[in-house]
Amino acid sequence: MAAVATCGSVAASTGSAVATASKSNVTSFQRRGPRASGTNDSGPRLVSIAGTRPSVRNGQLLVSTGLPALDQLLGGGLAVGTVLLIEEDKYNIYSPLLFKYFLAEGTVSGHTLLVASAKEDPANILQELPAPLLDDKCKKEFDEDVYDHKTPESNIKMRIAWRYQLLPKMEQIGPVSSSRFGHYYDASKRMPQELIEASNWHGFFLPEKISSTVKVEPCSLTPGYTKLLQFIQNIIYEEGFDGSNPQKKQRNILRIGIQNLGSPLWGDDICCAENGGNSHSLTKFLYVLRGLLRTSLSACIITMPTHLIQNKAIIARVTTLSDIVVGLESFIGSERETNPLYKDYHGLIHIRQIPRLNNLICDESDVKDLAFKLKRKLFTIERLHLPPDLSDTVSRSSKMDLAESAKRLGPGCGMMAGGKKHLDF
Amino acid sequence: MFVELNNLLNTTPDTAEQGKLTLLCDAKTDGSFLVHHFLSFYLKANCKVCFVALIQSFSHYSIVGQKLGVSLTMARERGQLVFLEGLKSAVDIVFQAQKEPHPLQFLREANAGNLKPLFEFVREALKPVDSGEAQWTYPVLLVDDLSVLLSLGMGAVAVLDFIHYCRATVCWELKGNMVVLVHDSGDAEDEENDILLNGLSHQSHLILRAEGLATGFCRDVHGQLRILWRRPSQPTVHRDQSFTYQYKIQDKSVSFFAKGMSPAVL
Repeated sequence: MAAVATCGSVAASTGSAVATASKSNVTSFQRRGPRASGTNDSGPRLVSIAGTRPSVRNGQLLVSTGLPALDQLLGGGLAVGTVLLIEEDKYNIYSPLLFKYFLAEGTVSGHTLLVASAKEDPANILQELPAPLLDDKCKKEFDEDVYDHKTPESNIKMRIAWRYQLLPKMEQIGPVSSSRFGHYYDASKRMPQELIEASNWHGFFLPEKISSTVKVEPCSLTPGYTKLLQFIQNIIYEEGFDGSNPQKKQRNILRIGIQNLGSPLWGDDICCAENGGNSHSLTKFLYVLRGLLRTSLSACIITMPTHLIQNKAIIARVTTLSDIVVGLESFIGSERETNPLYKDYHGLIHIRQIPRLNNLICDESDVKDLAFKLKRKLFTIERLHLPPDLSDTVSRSSKMDLAESAKRLGPGCGMMAGGKKHLDF
Repeated sequence: MFVELNNLLNTTPDTAEQGKLTLLCDAKTDGSFLVHHFLSFYLKANCKVCFVALIQSFSHYSIVGQKLGVSLTMARERGQLVFLEGLKSAVDIVFQAQKEPHPLQFLREANAGNLKPLFEFVREALKPVDSGEAQWTYPVLLVDDLSVLLSLGMGAVAVLDFIHYCRATVCWELKGNMVVLVHDSGDAEDEENDILLNGLSHQSHLILRAEGLATGFCRDVHGQLRILWRRPSQPTVHRDQSFTYQYKIQDKSVSFFAKGMSPAVL
């Protein structure tokens, strides 16, 4: 962590030059050097934001996706200012889970949430968040945070380091986040009501907003997307996440969650027709959203039913316009459900794209064959292991079945360098 | 800039050819390292650069540029670099009505017409200043990347027209260079993108194509680079030269080697 601070100081001088030169002085990709907190702050103080940590590679600010296993595969977490696109599985069973994990992580870390959906009321989505698994020490600290944040600092008498009792309490210094990064959640329990109420959240439920007659800026997007963009931009500006509002000095992250983007419920017809009239709506929306995110302290998760999109070219364009793309493929209803290869797992997870931000290279994981399973309490992602071939009767047909399915595992190619042929060794 | 790539292309910042269109293309991999290379190359060659950056923010290019030895903020301050940040402009255009015409104002319109305002912006940025002494060697236009314009509602023909106008102004009239990046969608059947890519391939003098390996992901070899020199104006008496190298991207440089000769293998 110290290494980050020192190498950050090399670029800090130019970093602050960037800050003074540009008008909006908060871009989430500034090096978190000593003067990155803006030109108004005096002194080289690093105020850290709860629930974030700087990336080991380039000091960029990361937030957790709610699944520590996924964080590791993505190179530490989701960078602030980027979009995580989840390609939904066929029956939309597991992607809402990832969506809720992301929001639950935001609630536990104290981030502001913005939930947008065309299908469910955001209040209902928040009621269904999984409960965090806090060990006793953490739980006590957490309960104290929630209940006692109004009372002044506690009068705990120091028994051993009593000389330090008289020193004034200092603000957290250093690139260490003030709370843990990445929590585990119990999928079978609901998040306690107090935590949900203590969190600051905004909801966008399309059927409510579409009927309001607020003046809409003319744009060629579908009305649902336009309203959502305006809503997001409003929140970012009003609550000061982009640093442009002089009254508000926000030191928190905005977590945006958009569910089922691109589905017909949003008024978009890319899932219904191959060459509809609105074929550029979704990509334009993603572009403007990218612009909004890059200039504010926010991170976004989007789930999209890409298996329904008729025009494959749009999927390619959507992938280019998103930063991280994760695809879920569940085994339900497919022939793989009964395949002995996959009996321990519920589906495959494909990390299709990882961004190279502020860097020529990115942290790609070597493991390309990943599978997930939803146990009673936990959602785990692990490397796909083929079960040992212990059959006594080595019949030709069963061996060919296994070989056939093994071939379909994927030639071990990642999103970065795709392969053309399956090579058999 | 990557010194090894300069050696492969047989150029240095001082001896680069003028009046050329270079096409950067990537298929199944990320070819943005080539954009960073050319940006730092032309800034070091003391050229006036107009960079239309549609896909990433200024700070991204700036931080990578520092690793490659150029300072984009200094270049912008002294007027060597004109930077159009697409992402930031898009937010301004979509949410506030603009008084003056903006190069990206097609974002507000339902039927995207043409890229004339963008061309006017480029022409204005690169026109030679009549102060007498020549401060910069020649103008350069860099676009990253053109496929995004298709996603924003532009037709392939409109984008090709824009490149044609820019080529006439920058390459022929002002004797400068152009570098554009287009994604190759491969088997995604993006017809508009294919039209754009084929049209540009026929017009360009140098094509750099970054591809993923046919065998899939490899830790030590990140991809393959195909270099193709073309002479579009002359009849093809001499066959176009083409070389293929494999590369590995490191923190501050890219190392190139012949196919199969990766240091990890030898």
